[in-house]
Amino acid sequence: MSPKDISRRKFIKNLGGGVVGAGVAIQTLSAKTRKESKPPSKSDSAVALTFTVNKKPITLLVEPESTLADVLRNDLKLTGTKVVCNHGECGACTVLLDGRAVYSCHMLALDAQGKSVTTIEGLMDGEKLHPVQEAFVEHDGLQCGFCTPGQVMAAEAILIKNPKPGKEEIIEGMSGNLCRCAAYPNILKSAVAAAEKLNKS
Amino acid sequence: MNKHQIIGSRQKRVDALGKVTGAAKYAADYNIPFQLYGAVKYAEYPHAIIKKIVTAEAEKLAGVTTVLTCKDVPGKNHFGLIPNIRILADDRTRYLGDVVAIVAAENIKTANQAVEMIQIEYEELPAVFDPEEALKPNAVKLYDEGNQIVHHKVRKGNITEGFRQADFIIENKFTTQAIEHAYLEPEAALAMPDEHDGFKIIGCMQNFYTSHKVIAGALDKPLSKVQIIQSTMGGSFGGKDESATLVAVRAALLAQKTGRPVKMVNSREDSFIQSYKRHPYKMYYKWGCKKDGTIAAMEMKIIADGGAYCSMSPFVTWRSVVQATGPYYCANVKTDVYAAYTNNNFTGAMRGFGSPQVNFAIESMMDELAEKVGKSPLEIRLQNGFEQNAVTATGQKLDHYVSLKDVLQTSANESSFETCWKENKSKQKIGKKIVRGIGLACAYRGVSLGAEGVDAPSSIVYVQPDGSVSLASGIIDMGQGARTAMAQIAAEVLGLPLTRVHFQEPDSGRVADSGATVASRGTIMGGGAMKIAAENVRKIMENTAREKFKLSKGDIVFKNENIFIRKNKSEKKICSFDTLVEACYQAGRPLFASGVRNIAVTSWDEETGQGNAYFTFVYGTNIAEVEVDLASGKVNVTRFLSTHDVGKAVNKSMVEGQIYGGVAMGMGYGVMENFIQESGKAKTINFDEYYIPTALDMPKMKSIIVENEDKFGPFGAKSIGEPALEIAAPAIANAIYNATGKRIYNLPANLEEILLGRKLRRDVERGSVSCKIEV
Repeated sequence: MSPKDISRRKFIKNLGGGVVGAGVAIQTLSAKTRKESKPPSKSDSAVALTFTVNKKPITLLVEPESTLADVLRNDLKLTGTKVVCNHGECGACTVLLDGRAVYSCHMLALDAQGKSVTTIEGLMDGEKLHPVQEAFVEHDGLQCGFCTPGQVMAAEAILIKNPKPGKEEIIEGMSGNLCRCAAYPNILKSAVAAAEKLNKS
Repeated sequence: MNKHQIIGSRQKRVDALGKVTGAAKYAADYNIPFQLYGAVKYAEYPHAIIKKIVTAEAEKLAGVTTVLTCKDVPGKNHFGLIPNIRILADDRTRYLGDVVAIVAAENIKTANQAVEMIQIEYEELPAVFDPEEALKPNAVKLYDEGNQIVHHKVRKGNITEGFRQADFIIENKFTTQAIEHAYLEPEAALAMPDEHDGFKIIGCMQNFYTSHKVIAGALDKPLSKVQIIQSTMGGSFGGKDESATLVAVRAALLAQKTGRPVKMVNSREDSFIQSYKRHPYKMYYKWGCKKDGTIAAMEMKIIADGGAYCSMSPFVTWRSVVQATGPYYCANVKTDVYAAYTNNNFTGAMRGFGSPQVNFAIESMMDELAEKVGKSPLEIRLQNGFEQNAVTATGQKLDHYVSLKDVLQTSANESSFETCWKENKSKQKIGKKIVRGIGLACAYRGVSLGAEGVDAPSSIVYVQPDGSVSLASGIIDMGQGARTAMAQIAAEVLGLPLTRVHFQEPDSGRVADSGATVASRGTIMGGGAMKIAAENVRKIMENTAREKFKLSKGDIVFKNENIFIRKNKSEKKICSFDTLVEACYQAGRPLFASGVRNIAVTSWDEETGQGNAYFTFVYGTNIAEVEVDLASGKVNVTRFLSTHDVGKAVNKSMVEGQIYGGVAMGMGYGVMENFIQESGKAKTINFDEYYIPTALDMPKMKSIIVENEDKFGPFGAKSIGEPALEIAAPAIANAIYNATGKRIYNLPANLEEILLGRKLRRDVERGSVSCKIEV
């Protein structure tokens, strides 16, 4: 496991404060719908975020401290991305940010400003499974399935970085994704098979 | 040659598509308009009288809809085997995961803020954290009745006489740690009032029939007005029984009070703090042995930490008492297993259910015995291991096929165990940095619940008018593959491809109370019920076929979506499956049937611990190879061979999946996992400090599936979920001994255990690296 840093979450929150400053101008544009009895779903501090999600341009107001995972799951209802540790430890929330794997629970949504996010929902080509998804079905690379979206995205990120990864590179690249069912042997088999499949086509 | 069409083949998981696309919906993925969010206020002392709860300020916070305490529970606030689990703490707090108040608010941020504003006055009580201390007469009591949850006994032969016959005695104390299930999906539920004065709850419950009763009881509603819908489950491993029920019932109470849907999702930290764990055990093993390697007497005293409440302690420790001798002959046995209340997290079911602990002790003892009499670990087990018609410590004659020696010998041959073991043993250790070892462990395991209680799950098969098939079962899929196994069983009986069969998510109103999906009973019991249900539907179809096509003689065969008549070994097609389905519906015979599997052949005498504990057993052997770094104490499990007699593998891919998972979890138990509590405070509450095996920790794994079909199983199938885990840790511990010459008495065999023979204890806040040596 990676070196431990307890203040990581605090760090994220502090960073959030900084970003708010940057977003002050936008803040004034946000609609004030606050009623006295109930807080609105977005507070006055909400900030506009413009980014691309699964090839679709999106602009929405987000709380500065919201993580990317929060926004994907709660605001965009892309619930394929899972939150397991919310601590940057397990990889279940892995998505692609400009083609690179990131832990979406471990970065602020505002840090995706102007960038392109791909989630598990964005992998399929219409009705057709992505080759990585196909490989996971084919090689039984899953059991309960809760870590699976993260595993699939991590495998995809490895293949984007290097279309012909060695086995060691795959194991290393996938080792940041926990699977309690320990479907690891089949997960790795799936990732290797996906690489082979992509190289053949 | 496979005599079946679908059973025994490698079918793809029927739910794989939903899971790889992110479409599969887990409990926390459900949202509904106007939902509120729930949050909990934890106890601030592990043991204290609650004097006063002040919620006024929290209630005033904008966005807060309601704050509830125990006095707001309209029905029963207590539940459990011994009903003392508190939905909301009432008289006292008994562990730090107790919840004193719950809040519903418009968003989670406000709910959490309100929790901080709840003030509680306590009268702190002395607390007890050690189960042995808790059992002493002057110990502080968690309950008026005292701290002993249960005491199970096994008495066989005459222990005094046995020890008198012995040439020497082996006596050891073993301890095991608390283990977090660490299912990746934290507990979650969405509870909503329905339009007819009832409630609907979507959640991830391993034992949703119990959840159903607890929720109806707390809401003071009849069972019929509470509907539990099982969402896709992100793992459970025994863990989402009471832990998930607590989340669901609290959400339901908030929904009842507010009249609005309430969503409650545990964070990882909530999950660690609230949930029950695998029981830590203290085990005193004393065996009287003879020079020839036989065992004349076994005396065992075991104390389990049950924690604050009674979850499954009586049953977990019962399995321990039945299996405490291992699969070895001994004429004189005295076993006592106690479980005690403490102010730690309560403990309950976890994959293995009382066997991983005792197997660690038994298999370590066997290796020690082998060494004392100059035999190899294999020889000593072949000498003492159960054979056909053996009589166990509980007086049960094993009349099924006893494959213990088959699995032992197969594993030993495959891994060249004897040669490797001797080679490693004779190698010079001094001055070396890395040493290698190989270790062996075997076990027998009672299948399903046994004499624990009622064991009669139901399943339903419904062939729809278009010929597609809906299945429902009281057995749930937590990731182990029940959906696929059940679909295979029904498809086999009806001669259909898997694509025609659809397993529906369980719902408390659809299938009769089937008990929990536990005890590795999913396939043998739930699958058995599914087979009966499918056969019942097939009978309707057969009768219709005989009438319609005027067939009197010959067997009717369902195969490849067609119906055949078999006479004198030749088969003739009668019609397609669909044609027959249509004929049935036209004849006014809907193709809907249920099946119940009830194998009531167990018995138990509480006083003597004698009886037929389980209706059948499974046998397995694990062989681990390790590298130990003598400088750091780090154990690297390099290779693993896992051999199991599963009766019949319904789906080999999934059996292998269970074996990989079981070995990994057993390895975590053996070398890295440890749920640490200090004065009741959980110290490891996320994966940065509670380590579970990663892809890089996995050994090179091989599994051997042995098949001796059992008369009680559907198509002969028995079990694999728990057998896969229960002997991994002792195989590793024995391999460590083979490598280093140091025996492991306390799990996990982490760095300090190997280097110092004891655990280092942290005494500082979470995240710090400093340590203190425990004296």
